Amino acid sequence: MAVQNIIKVAARRREATLGFWERVYIFEVVRGLWITTEHFVGNLYYHILKLFGIIKVHPLTPTIQYPEEQRTLAPRLRTLHRLVRREDGSPRCVACMMCETVCPALCIKIVAAEGDKPQIEKRPKSFDIDMGRCIFCGYCVEACPEDAIRMDTGILDIAAYSREGMVLDIDTLLSLQPAQRRTDKEVDELQRRLLQ
Amino acid sequence: MGSATVKLTIDGREVEVPSGTRVIEAAKKLGIEIPHYCYHPALSIAGSCRMCLVEIEKFPKPAISCHTVAADGMVVHTDSGVAKQARAAMLEFLLANHPLDCPICDQAGECKLQQYYMTVGQYDSALLDNKVKKSKAKIIGPHVMLDSERCILCSRCVRFTDEISKSHELGIFNRGDHSELSNYPGMSLDNPYSGNVVDICPVGALTDRDFRFKVRVWYLDSAPSICHGCARGCNIRVDYLTRRLHHNDGKRIARFKPRFNPEVNGHWICDAGRYSYKTLEDEDRLYNPRVTDGNGDNPGWNAITGRIADALSSHISEYGVGSVAVIASASMTNEEMWAARQLFYDGLKIEKIAWRIPPGPDDIDDDLLIRADKNANTFGAEQIFGPMTHAADVQQVLDKIAEGKIKAWIVLDRDLSPAFGEEKIRKLTGGLKFSLYAGSHLHATSRSCRFLLPTAVFTEKEGTITNFSGRVQYFPLVVPPLGDALPMLEALSRLSAALKLEPISTDPGAVFTALAGDIAHFKGTSYAELIKRWAPISKIPS
Repeated sequence: MAVQNIIKVAARRREATLGFWERVYIFEVVRGLWITTEHFVGNLYYHILKLFGIIKVHPLTPTIQYPEEQRTLAPRLRTLHRLVRREDGSPRCVACMMCETVCPALCIKIVAAEGDKPQIEKRPKSFDIDMGRCIFCGYCVEACPEDAIRMDTGILDIAAYSREGMVLDIDTLLSLQPAQRRTDKEVDELQRRLLQ
Repeated sequence: MGSATVKLTIDGREVEVPSGTRVIEAAKKLGIEIPHYCYHPALSIAGSCRMCLVEIEKFPKPAISCHTVAADGMVVHTDSGVAKQARAAMLEFLLANHPLDCPICDQAGECKLQQYYMTVGQYDSALLDNKVKKSKAKIIGPHVMLDSERCILCSRCVRFTDEISKSHELGIFNRGDHSELSNYPGMSLDNPYSGNVVDICPVGALTDRDFRFKVRVWYLDSAPSICHGCARGCNIRVDYLTRRLHHNDGKRIARFKPRFNPEVNGHWICDAGRYSYKTLEDEDRLYNPRVTDGNGDNPGWNAITGRIADALSSHISEYGVGSVAVIASASMTNEEMWAARQLFYDGLKIEKIAWRIPPGPDDIDDDLLIRADKNANTFGAEQIFGPMTHAADVQQVLDKIAEGKIKAWIVLDRDLSPAFGEEKIRKLTGGLKFSLYAGSHLHATSRSCRFLLPTAVFTEKEGTITNFSGRVQYFPLVVPPLGDALPMLEALSRLSAALKLEPISTDPGAVFTALAGDIAHFKGTSYAELIKRWAPISKIPS
């Protein structure tokens, strides 16, 4: 039913004809210019106020001035992966290939090796995640039986100059740290903003 | 004994089996798989795992179906509440000390503990005691690794070494929950069939050292095939990778496993055959057509077959066809041998086709599977080349080369250096005016030849081979050939086209039909029939 309705609405839109004043055109141009000007002036004015700290937020300045200003991330947001270490510093990962198996984007490549310590039987020799392919579904985190992979670094601006550069190796993934934990006050503030 | 057969009812279905059949086998006949660990059709019955408990009417309590002989009028329930509860409780006992290290266990994915746990297991553990610690990752032989904690003490491997390999290396020591499988002091599990204990181990206690951590089993595809390691022609299952080639060191073939065939190899294969997969994709594979004294470029198949045809024709017109010998591998398929006979004997009139090399002093027949003859198709070669050749023994050809009577040879997929010595081969080939090698690998023999044509190994082509007892067995293509390699049949066909001889079909089925019409041993056998007889992988594991 719903699909049929959507098709109907789309058909009606395609058939929509222009009224007389719209066909005259000049008035529509003026109206468009007015909208642009309104936003330009408003943005300029309020951003200057914001710059000097006179106001904090205003409905006319929704733009976040990335990268100087960055959005507060939800605590459970899935961001760049990291590999968790054991207490002795070795990776928790045991190369069981659960994440590699479950990954729908086939972006994880693990090569297993014999463990290098007596209490570790199996370890990953290499652990590559191709961030160019990752779809941030978080299945790898869910599938991991050892809690060895997490997506809590808070890093979202992942970019490289080549496809190879998007592949993160085991050393990089082990070196990443979890995002700073927020204080209760920050979480309250975040919730207030999100609910706004 | 009364009548020859008994009739019993299992899960409401009647089945007639020979008297003396165990209930578990009778159920298998109906397609019902009763969970079991210690029972194996080829081994004696231990009855130690108690996993195959079923409810039998008029029996006071559940009975193990592996040891209960089917009787007339017996009514068995394999799926009733009593049977299910008995199994779940048994599984809980078996798992009491199991370490549950499935993430690092190579058996994960083909482990019967995992399988039955998912179907009949008790999901919430009621056990509070600590698990008993035992030795882990203990090397007990050249091919096998033991993890005692994972072992459920089914004693299949002990019975295998006692009854099949008769080498008696393994035993179960200590009592109670300290019972532990181990090799006898001073003994290592190094009999020629040791790899089979890995196959029959229903859990991850015995794992293959060669396969260890290479690839998770659920990434593997399987295809039925025939082992080419010796004249027995054991039925095998080839496990191979098609994607995720960063596993298994980038190689496609991951392992060979035995495939049940009561007429050839039963449930087993030898270690030599099991690990023969390593040569299939090793670094010595020949990938491209080559001219050894050329500039190292890949001339491509068309150019090189043209050059070979020119060189061979001018050689024959200069020195005569009597100066040319063909050395064929007795591991080629029947079809390839027939095509070689068509091309070299019927087409070029070469009468010296040699394939026979006596087995080395260490190669002997044993009373289980291993044959002294390490060629897969000697029987076929005797049938196909035997009637027409004037020099069946490779030794004869080598002698004639030394005498200077043979000035050219064509070697088909065979390394002569292990039998005759590298030095001798190199010296002899130095005097040859024309030398062509068509085969899969680079070795002393092929390196000393002028023209090299890459051909496929047996997993990369289809065909039939004849084992030592004359049984013709079909094997299919598993993976496409590596590099520019082509199946031998196609290589011979292209060579024949370049020499402007009778065309040779590249379809093994068509070639086999031609062959079956001519050679007495193959008369009445059709290719389609062989494909049908080639048993696919059994659904119910033993």
